[in-house]
Amino acid sequence: MSNFFKNSDLDNIQAESIVSDTLNNCDDGELYLENSKSESILLDDNKIKNSSYSSDLGYGFRAITGEVVAYSHSNEISKDSILKSSENLKDTLKSKKGTYNHEIPKSNKKYYEDLNPIEEKSQNSKIKILNEVNNYIRSKGDIVSQVTASFLGEHKEIEIIRSNSEVLKDVRPLVRFNVSVVLEKNGKKETGVYGIGGRQSYDEYLKNENWKHVCDEAFRIADVNLKSKPAPAGEMKVVLGPGWPAILIHEAIGHGLEGDFNRKKTSAFHNLMGQRVASEGVTIVDDGTLNLRRGSLTIDDEGTPTENTVLIENGILKNFMQDRLNARLMNTKSTGSGRRESYKHVVLPRMRNTMMLSGKYSQDEMIRSVDKGIFAVSFGGGQVDITSGKFVFNCTEAYEINNGKIGSPIKGATLIGDGPSILKEVSMVGNDMKLDPGIGTCGKAGQGVPVGVAQPSILINKMTVGGTQL
Amino acid sequence: MVKDQEYLNSIASQTIEYSKKLGATDVNVEVVHSISETVNLRNKQLDESNRSDSFAIGITTYINKKKSTISSSNLSKDNIKILTERCIETAKITPDDEFNSLPDKELMAKNFESLDLYDEFHVPNNKKIDILKEAEEAASKETKIINTETDFTENKSNFVLANSNGFINGYKTSNFNISCVAVAKKDSQMERDYDFTSKRHFSDLINPKNIGESAAANTVKKLDPKKIKSEKIGIVFDKKISKGILNVLSSAISAGAISRGTSFLKNKIGEEIFPKSLNVIDDPKIKKGLGSKNFDSEGVETNNLKLIENGVLKSYLVDTYYGKKLNLKSNGRCGGTSNLYFENGSMPPETLLKSSKKNLYITETIGHGTNLVTGDYSVGANGFMVENGEFIYPVSEITIAGNFKDIFKNITLANDLEFKYSTNAPTLLVEGMVVAGR
Repeated sequence: MSNFFKNSDLDNIQAESIVSDTLNNCDDGELYLENSKSESILLDDNKIKNSSYSSDLGYGFRAITGEVVAYSHSNEISKDSILKSSENLKDTLKSKKGTYNHEIPKSNKKYYEDLNPIEEKSQNSKIKILNEVNNYIRSKGDIVSQVTASFLGEHKEIEIIRSNSEVLKDVRPLVRFNVSVVLEKNGKKETGVYGIGGRQSYDEYLKNENWKHVCDEAFRIADVNLKSKPAPAGEMKVVLGPGWPAILIHEAIGHGLEGDFNRKKTSAFHNLMGQRVASEGVTIVDDGTLNLRRGSLTIDDEGTPTENTVLIENGILKNFMQDRLNARLMNTKSTGSGRRESYKHVVLPRMRNTMMLSGKYSQDEMIRSVDKGIFAVSFGGGQVDITSGKFVFNCTEAYEINNGKIGSPIKGATLIGDGPSILKEVSMVGNDMKLDPGIGTCGKAGQGVPVGVAQPSILINKMTVGGTQL
Repeated sequence: MVKDQEYLNSIASQTIEYSKKLGATDVNVEVVHSISETVNLRNKQLDESNRSDSFAIGITTYINKKKSTISSSNLSKDNIKILTERCIETAKITPDDEFNSLPDKELMAKNFESLDLYDEFHVPNNKKIDILKEAEEAASKETKIINTETDFTENKSNFVLANSNGFINGYKTSNFNISCVAVAKKDSQMERDYDFTSKRHFSDLINPKNIGESAAANTVKKLDPKKIKSEKIGIVFDKKISKGILNVLSSAISAGAISRGTSFLKNKIGEEIFPKSLNVIDDPKIKKGLGSKNFDSEGVETNNLKLIENGVLKSYLVDTYYGKKLNLKSNGRCGGTSNLYFENGSMPPETLLKSSKKNLYITETIGHGTNLVTGDYSVGANGFMVENGEFIYPVSEITIAGNFKDIFKNITLANDLEFKYSTNAPTLLVEGMVVAGR
């Protein structure tokens, strides 16, 4: 763990005293320090196109009283700079008086190791694997027209100093391995993308030539799309495959259950607590405690240990996801969901690993029950309008279903639905829950944070498919 | 205050010098300092104040045809030394790439016009709060508005770009931005919309009262939407989103996408891809322009570029690396376009709306449904049903889909172009797209 004040003109004790002095008359707040390193090595067009490294160091000083948040950040960790931030915070909150809440839960549990994935594997060996990836995919035939493969590694150390010298620390590794393939056949081009990752060293993901599986998947998806025909347009039944398609849950209801939108009453869910928001048999949790997962955190960015939060239990809305600010204003407890992209960003309540738990049906039963519809296996991204509840996500691998059988692949299309009502349209929940491969990044208010999703196969009675075939 | 040129120049020069000493054959360095202050209000009360003071340095070192890049926010001398060493060590073990190089010397920017991109004026936070209150008061006059959120951001920034061929230049820029988001409610249904103003100079900002009023009006109009039947229908894109079509064009004609073979516009130079009457221009030298610049992110001179002339694709957006690969000279578009726009059409937007008995007017799209490899497009949307030129009712939970090769060919432009963003388009009509709804 690095000492943030090593090259600075102030020490921990002095910093802690500035924090206590600044936050004395506030309800909450902290000095958040961050030292992050990241690397990216990219192979594209048969070459190592880019090899970059980034090192970022800085602090974000936050003071909260009532509903008002004052924030100041800088990458200069010095007495002068921190005192200037302190003045700035005091000035914003000068007409307010609060009582500092010292209470913060403690836990000894850890969900990942203190390791630096960037330094654990040599640059040469990473380059070697990327070249092998390129050769392996290109050996699949002349239809391969482009291969892009990359390693992304990150090592983030954080320290949170609260009033009265309370200090909390975490070290967070994160890696991702991505492959994208473009195939060309008879003048038609299509893309396939696949990746894996999480909070451990690269080698955990690459062992047993597991990288070949990633290449095979990217190739397979592109190959399926080469055979695709235009997607249908209109309302129909949709079967979602297990795993990554759970970004439906993330967009459709996850964002709407974040504390800030509900405190401000701008979420379509704000007055539905305790009510039925999903079919019976639908249970959804947001879990920050899964070992080594991309969305997991030992403590959140306010120092609260993460937990497994039940959002919807058997169709009934049970909890929102909370950071400290929104929890206090809504008279409840933080769920360990306070997150920020970096020291440059304010804390917001965010998702971690959002999961729909398994039910009793087989995927086969679902498909057999559909006369006309689509079977969606893989997705690109999604987006939601929290207030109206409307959400979309893009299929990257989907098939038509005719008379209970899977038919031809169809071109990528956007699916659109209404968050508060979509889960009431879920008529079968599968018994095959799967976690996503570890590639998700969620964007909110301009901040990206790593997240995970999981779900079993599900059957949705009615959704609008945005194809071109009327 | 943002750091002055002299300070940034000295960091850049020292870094180049040190890199050369360690064995770099070429070096490119960019140093940026920016200070940004934001105030947010919610329902006329202060919600958040945010001050950001940030440095960034980006170093690219070349050892002949080997290259590596490093970036950091820590500008201490020791740290820059450590990073430079790491950058060079990494470059050494990175394989050669014959197209890696600094830009050709004769292409580097030599004319440094004053583009009037910096306004020294500082708005204290209490003044920001007063301005935002004015916007929120105007918005909440509308009785259906139940929530208003506004923010005012003032950003000042200075940068220097330098390379080992002797190029060193940079300048200050500023940005003032006011935005207002309103939420309206009817029964249990809610809608949200916004308006904003963003300018280089404080005195050019639109009156906050107007921003508040238009945010509220936009929002209230959306209440009680209907989902329409799936059909093929003329789609009119509001100016908020019509510029998105130009963003697709610019991504698809970037030399990178062309060279990698991942663009649906590959090999289309000289072909008519838009109707004959259409011109697309990228003009970096607009005074006070939000996208204005004297040179691109490699220091190459940027000049006015007609990308589409009479419907014909005239050039790609070329940087040094992909230019060398495609055997084209850089046209100063590393990092993308500057002020990109469609030249005005001839028809008032009201006439465009009457082009058919029924049109769908789209004000917002959601999702990222553009496939640049195939040109396929499918996104969520909302807007209004228009009959005989009149807005009849709001529409939501639908998608619009087509392929950009067809979309481009079926555009009709209105004559209401304004420069609100860095990329701008007038209201426009696209015929032949498919709406999926009920």
